[in-house]
Amino acid sequence: MQWNNASEFFAMGGYGFYVWGSFGLCALAMIAEPLLVCQRRNRAIKQIQNQLN
Amino acid sequence: MINWFKYSAPSTFYPLAGKLIPVFWTLAALLGAIGLYISFFVAPTDAQQGEGYRIIFIHVPASWMSMFIYCIMAFWSLLGLTFNTRLSGMMTRALAPTGALFAFLSLWTGALWGKPMWGAWWVWDARLTSELILFFLYIGFMALQAAIDDPRRADRAGALLSLVGVVNVPIIYFSVKWWNTLHQGASVSLTKSPSMATTMLWGMLTMALAFWAYTIAVALMRARTIMLEREGNTEWVQHLPDVKEAA
Amino acid sequence: MPVLAAYFAALQRDLLLVMRRKTEVLTALFFFVIVTTLLPLGIGPEPDLLRKIAPGAMWIAALLATLLGLQRLFAADHADGTLEQMVLSPEPLSVLVAGKITAHWLVCGLPLVLLAPVIGLQFDLPADAIGILMLSLLIGTPLLSLLGAIGAALTLGARGSALLVSLLVMPLYIPTLIFGAGAVESYIAGLGASGHFSLLGALLILAAAFAPWATTAALRISLE
Repeated sequence: MQWNNASEFFAMGGYGFYVWGSFGLCALAMIAEPLLVCQRRNRAIKQIQNQLN
Repeated sequence: MINWFKYSAPSTFYPLAGKLIPVFWTLAALLGAIGLYISFFVAPTDAQQGEGYRIIFIHVPASWMSMFIYCIMAFWSLLGLTFNTRLSGMMTRALAPTGALFAFLSLWTGALWGKPMWGAWWVWDARLTSELILFFLYIGFMALQAAIDDPRRADRAGALLSLVGVVNVPIIYFSVKWWNTLHQGASVSLTKSPSMATTMLWGMLTMALAFWAYTIAVALMRARTIMLEREGNTEWVQHLPDVKEAA
Repeated sequence: MPVLAAYFAALQRDLLLVMRRKTEVLTALFFFVIVTTLLPLGIGPEPDLLRKIAPGAMWIAALLATLLGLQRLFAADHADGTLEQMVLSPEPLSVLVAGKITAHWLVCGLPLVLLAPVIGLQFDLPADAIGILMLSLLIGTPLLSLLGAIGAALTLGARGSALLVSLLVMPLYIPTLIFGAGAVESYIAGLGASGHFSLLGALLILAAAFAPWATTAALRISLE
């Protein structure tokens, strides 16, 4: 698949909104989800430390 | 042969999971990179749908994963109810949000694919409708666990619900297909995808494997967090390097 | 006590309790009537449109009315400790549960079947279609009680259980709704309802075999 230039790539033959709306949300979700898990993990660790002290 | 039962205690599973997580993240990144490359640079433009069809490289793998995760949850539920292990409940609980996420992504990408192709943000197509119901099953599972205070009881109730659910999913899918064929008549189905070029199949498969590796990584992370939350007052947790060094 | 006697004992007890509070029977019935009255008010009185939506509308109303009644299935017995006595008793719990589910159906489901002709006339359904509708409800409402019992047992003692039961049980109800309403629509369209009825019957047999057992397991989980 040959893209002639970057703007063609982003336009996706007119379907840019839909294609990037899909891939974009997917990427966002797969970054947000592990971040949220990390946050939850830090909260858990903090709570254990509060109990110990 | 690995002694599986050795790892059925949270105290032994925790460090094992800790070692596995980076492996699966690496796998997910690699497979994802290859999958995206195939999606955008190898798979050709479709004759009928132009570039818009590339959404299937997310839509189909997400659907597959949402169903696969539900089955894995049922598997852990069966183990948990049979052997009464704490870990099974934790794994099921750890998998649910990710499964729900994939179900949601499947619906979202389905809408974004349907709108330019068939003119509507939503169609009552058999597969999309079944996916919606699967999403409700995930939400129901998480709601049930949130509503029960005792964690072990919540685990067991959730396990029974997943087993009842997994038995019902084929029945639901069949009934929705039946309903769809009787009512739809001649309208277009979202599932009549363009004839699959081999590259397209490879793209979907690679992305599906990437999602699978991602799921394992996130689920293990979440499972470890659940262990910390639940077993906070045990010896082995309090002696964990992560807990001690962060102090 | 032989198994059948235990079943009838549980059935009889629940019916007796309901008879002492007859308003509960009528609540499910009136809910069904109210919902089916609201629909034309919301959609418009054209007979053609009403005839078209009637099977689905009445089925959904029956579904909602059954969901309302599910709360009663175990909550009262759980509150006063009778449920624990049942779990501890020598009678097989699944038999007692089956008796309670039957009582629930007799109170919440069967009245809907009997009221269907009246509502069907409100929607201007032809008489033979009403007959098919009644039959579909007759086979379908026990299904709703059986599946609903699993949800009721799982949410026993959980917070917000009234709405939670609906959320859990709705996906399970979908095949019943599709085949039940579909039977009537299919008949009206001239395609015959036998396929739908076979499937509905098959689901009922499956549910009758497995739901009491699943409900029992859920009760044991909820009561520990």
